[in-house]
Amino acid sequence: MADPILRLERLSKHFGALRVTNELSLDVERGEVHAIIGPNGAGKTTLISQISGALAPDHGSIVFDGRDVTGLSMAQRARAGLARSFQITTILPNFTVLDNVALAVQARQGHSFRFVRAVNRDRSLTDAAAAHLETVGLLERAGTRAGSLSHGEKRSLELAIALATRPKLLLLDEPMAGTGREETERLVAVLKRLASDYTMILVEHDMDAVFALADRISVLVYGEVIATGAPEAIRENQKVRQAYLGEEA
Amino acid sequence: MAKTASPATPSTAPRPSRILEGTWIPLVVFAILAVMPAVSVALDDSFLTLFVIRVMIFAIAAVSLDLILGYGALISFGHAAFLGIGAYGIGILSAEGTDEGLIAVPVALVAAGLFALVTGAISLKTRGVYFIMITLAFAQMAYYTTTSLSAYGGDDGLTIWSRTEFLGHAILDDRTTFYYVTFACLLGAYLLCRMIVASRFGRVLTGAKQSEVRLQAVGIDPYGYRLVAYVISAMLCALAGVLLANQTEFVSPAYMGWHRSGDLIVMVVLGGMGTLHGAIIGAAAYLVLEEVLQDFTEHWRLIFGPILVLVVLFGHGGIVRLLSILSGGRNRG
Repeated sequence: MADPILRLERLSKHFGALRVTNELSLDVERGEVHAIIGPNGAGKTTLISQISGALAPDHGSIVFDGRDVTGLSMAQRARAGLARSFQITTILPNFTVLDNVALAVQARQGHSFRFVRAVNRDRSLTDAAAAHLETVGLLERAGTRAGSLSHGEKRSLELAIALATRPKLLLLDEPMAGTGREETERLVAVLKRLASDYTMILVEHDMDAVFALADRISVLVYGEVIATGAPEAIRENQKVRQAYLGEEA
Repeated sequence: MAKTASPATPSTAPRPSRILEGTWIPLVVFAILAVMPAVSVALDDSFLTLFVIRVMIFAIAAVSLDLILGYGALISFGHAAFLGIGAYGIGILSAEGTDEGLIAVPVALVAAGLFALVTGAISLKTRGVYFIMITLAFAQMAYYTTTSLSAYGGDDGLTIWSRTEFLGHAILDDRTTFYYVTFACLLGAYLLCRMIVASRFGRVLTGAKQSEVRLQAVGIDPYGYRLVAYVISAMLCALAGVLLANQTEFVSPAYMGWHRSGDLIVMVVLGGMGTLHGAIIGAAAYLVLEEVLQDFTEHWRLIFGPILVLVVLFGHGGIVRLLSILSGGRNRG
């Protein structure tokens, strides 16, 4: 396959005797929404953490946009264009919603060893941040303290922050986790619009959301990819049905 | 206070009043400090000027600490080391015959900055209690180093025979001039920190305090920013040390003892962390209380301790918070 945005090669991670990621290889193509599904404990979050740089793999390599990033820190990978959202909401609670996003815009504009100009008067930050908030439908909450947002709104804020880094690849770790039905539908609609502009890896439990969004799906079981393919193919796949979907039916 | 505010959009409505709410306290503080020498003359109380100079010197140190403590959540338990290095810089250079401030002051500040750069580079690899302990350890190293400086008085300290001069003018010999030089240093330190806190750099510092992972995820590694903040804070604190050495005309290892570092933390917490002017008020409150209680009893710490416990337990946000509640500001939390 020609020039994938992300190539994982024989990635392995053990916690003690437990193989959480086992010789895992995977390509993510430019422009696609690639969902990763699997039963609880399949190692999805561990995999995302290794891709984003929060965890170092025991061995194997991660090639992002033609460059080996296996040894880079999370911050370095983020600067290279790899943005992640967190399963457990990770925002800056004492900043306003707008400032949360403005900080990501600021990070994108280069180093922050700038001491003189006041950030809240810097239109290049606030305007861009407002635009990203509008994308996720959170603009009317711009002046609110981020910590006092509802859970669903926080999930949207996470997404806006990730977008503000202008990523080449969005890693979404259960973006719908803990949100209500309505909120989930709203997020799916937002992600669907974004799908035409962004390459995404989507880890998600909500199967309706996965099948609505994904171009391809990889099924992870015990740290191994047991199948990768288009949604229909995955739905029909016997191994997958046994290992995973079958449990739900 | 009942929340019967206007039904306007909650995001924009409270802005103008909040700006005023934030500025009146520092304005009053600096206005009072500006007229203190005149008050002192009117009351014919020369001790007052000297005392307020001392308050302002410690206020500079406390403001410098608040920059990293209040905004960066870096609990430096060794900040007095920078005070001491600033003071010893002046003392040692004076003993060696250099009283020229244009040389001595930069040397003292750079020495403290270098010490901060090296110790900070190591300390900032740690977090929480470990950071507290390691900054304390480095400060104690500095403390014991000065006690062993036998050429410069060792344990006994070092008397400074001539105050720092500027271009040959002994301006600090005049009490009122000394007062306003200190005042200008405090105002400068305060405005510098205000500017830093509101800048991109400041936003990284305050963001890292809330979630380090969040910053890394957007591509910012907080370490370098914390280190630079640490160095800036140290150099400002050394400026306080420079002034202290000149006021007391004496330097001793006690300037960098661990209890002095503790005093600085108490000043910041007492006044209200993360406000900068709170550190000034905290320094004033601490030194006034010390002065008053010392007259009252030699066991003044027995009274001072419980007051402090009460402030920490019930006065979250310190004196500054108390003031803004009393003045009708909203009880934000």
